[in-house]
Amino acid sequence: MTQIELRGIEKFFGAVQVIHNLNLAIADNEFIVLLGQSGCGKTTTLRAVAGLETIDKGDILIDGKPVQHLKAADRDIAMVFQSFSLYPHMTVFENVAFPLRATRMSSGEVDKSVREVARVLRITDLLDKRPSALSGGDMQRVAIGRALVRRPKAMLMDEPIGALDAKLREEMRAEIKRLHVKQGSTTIYVTHDQIEAMSLADRIVIMHEGFIQQVGTPDEVYSHPANLFVAQFVGSPVMNIAEARVADQAGAASVTVGEAPAGFEFPHQLLSKLNGHAANGGLTMGIRPEGVLVRHDAAPGYMPVEASIIEPLGSFDIVDLKVGSTMLRARTKAGYVSGPGERVHVRIDPEQAHFFDTASGKSLGVRL
Amino acid sequence: MAAVRTSSEVAFNRIAIAAVLVATLIFLAPIYWIASTAFKPKELAVSVPPTVLFQPEVTPFIRLFTKRVQMQKPVDPQVYEAAPWWEKRIYDGGERVLKVGKDVQLSQYPDRFMNSLIVAVISTVLAVGMGTFTAYGFSRFKIAGEADLLFFILSTRMLPPVVVAIPMFLMYRMVGLNDSHIGLIILYVAFNLSFSVWLMKGFMDEIPKEYEEAALVDGYTRMQAFFKIVLPEAATGIAATAVFCFITAWNEYAFALIMTNRRAQTAPPFIPSQIGSGLPDWTTIAAGTFLFLLPVAIFTFLLRNHLLRGVTFGAIRK
Repeated sequence: MTQIELRGIEKFFGAVQVIHNLNLAIADNEFIVLLGQSGCGKTTTLRAVAGLETIDKGDILIDGKPVQHLKAADRDIAMVFQSFSLYPHMTVFENVAFPLRATRMSSGEVDKSVREVARVLRITDLLDKRPSALSGGDMQRVAIGRALVRRPKAMLMDEPIGALDAKLREEMRAEIKRLHVKQGSTTIYVTHDQIEAMSLADRIVIMHEGFIQQVGTPDEVYSHPANLFVAQFVGSPVMNIAEARVADQAGAASVTVGEAPAGFEFPHQLLSKLNGHAANGGLTMGIRPEGVLVRHDAAPGYMPVEASIIEPLGSFDIVDLKVGSTMLRARTKAGYVSGPGERVHVRIDPEQAHFFDTASGKSLGVRL
Repeated sequence: MAAVRTSSEVAFNRIAIAAVLVATLIFLAPIYWIASTAFKPKELAVSVPPTVLFQPEVTPFIRLFTKRVQMQKPVDPQVYEAAPWWEKRIYDGGERVLKVGKDVQLSQYPDRFMNSLIVAVISTVLAVGMGTFTAYGFSRFKIAGEADLLFFILSTRMLPPVVVAIPMFLMYRMVGLNDSHIGLIILYVAFNLSFSVWLMKGFMDEIPKEYEEAALVDGYTRMQAFFKIVLPEAATGIAATAVFCFITAWNEYAFALIMTNRRAQTAPPFIPSQIGSGLPDWTTIAAGTFLFLLPVAIFTFLLRNHLLRGVTFGAIRK
């Protein structure tokens, strides 16, 4: 049973503020992912929770108790580092046993605990080896074992699989998920990889330049991005973003992007929902490639366009469509558009469109 | 790894090996000279041309360790017969071993050798120990004026140490540190500390700080993390630094000559002082020098793997 709460955290490196008034409440057993580009403050936040970094303002509470003045050793938290940080001069067994050696546990109990963790992580036959003899994936299993063995109040993971190659990363991702489901401990996980974040998190915290941009379940941040940054950071391929003008056209709304000669047809209620925001400009529309519908033959509501670049990605293609002065990326069935220059017809699925205020980048919260 | 090699590369390889052999011979020649002289009969030591093949003997070592006097008349045959084999070697040279009652009088060499060991070992342990802690501090913590402080530490190396020998001697005499082990140890630690700090800083910087952070999170204090994680990781660097500090302290001549004369005199100033009386006895001097070489040779040999890794440490990691 561990809740972690961050209240009004501020952190400066010299004159540079790297964390701005950060507030976050993490529930027991929750798997929280801090997601953001490098330098966004996610790792600093994690290290502050671990006690490896001081904070300049605010409170860190673990189970309601402020811990910001406690040393790392006294916070009863385990951490897994990107570099694995296995001690090269110790065997795998000694590495996993290391946190227990700091306690008054008898060597029999240490042995039992280490073997139990080794069994769960399937590293029993590695126990006598040195870390240098292990593969990257095994090293990380050992590192996770070292974190788990003490049964800490919470697990902190700093890009634990970022140093592995793609295939191994996928395997370890599943492994971490499996472990969390099985062991269930409050976890804070830092990554810059949105796929990792989506697949692991109960809730994702998206950070940018020291500010929290959005906190929500993977579905929430994907389907309801709070601002343009989140919209473009989460999801692959990246969401299309374009300045848009909305006009009332014969009982329907018409959304024009990139100086195109014609607009996309939207239900009339868009106008009332935008509540005049469109009139004074400054409107940006976002649409994920799967919300850009493409067909060969003309149909009502579809606009004729020219395909320019096609990226085949195996199970689907990403097709760049020239709409006025801007490019709209659409996701189509593999091979649906045969080649550059082909003329196709395109429509935007109104239900998948997002609208943002251009100046502030904030979502207008308008969904159809 | 067997890389494909062209014939010119093979030729270059052979030349390189030949060059290494020649260099090795040049380096080993003085060592061979000392070692062979140490086992030569007295009269062969100065023969021209030099004798290469000879019946080796340990007489120079016996002379090295004993106090002797020249005999005015030949030794009594009965006394000669009763003497142990090593004493006969001395009688053969027309000398006799000095004795008090039955006890053989040892020369000053073992004492001087012990002085060298005491001073070199203790000063090395202190210099490397203090250097390791200091380097850790510089490597891991933000220290105001870090670059300046490191520069100041190095400034002790910016003039030849002998320059300060005379004032140091006067000060030492004033506080009674002249001709004392502790006095020499303080001096050698002072020389070696700057070197030790700089070398160890390099090694400390190479140890990822995540190792300690992992230990800190795992419930250890920084001090425990230092001893359990940092020290074992720095073993290579410590070994390399220790070898260099030991060699410097072991071989130091000028200060030992000025600061010590009896009680705390080390071997380097003592060995040449043996030349002084009468005809130089080169074989005994060579024997003393040969034994003097051994500790460094053994120490370096034992640590050679660490040393090689230590010297090329940064290069391998990056």
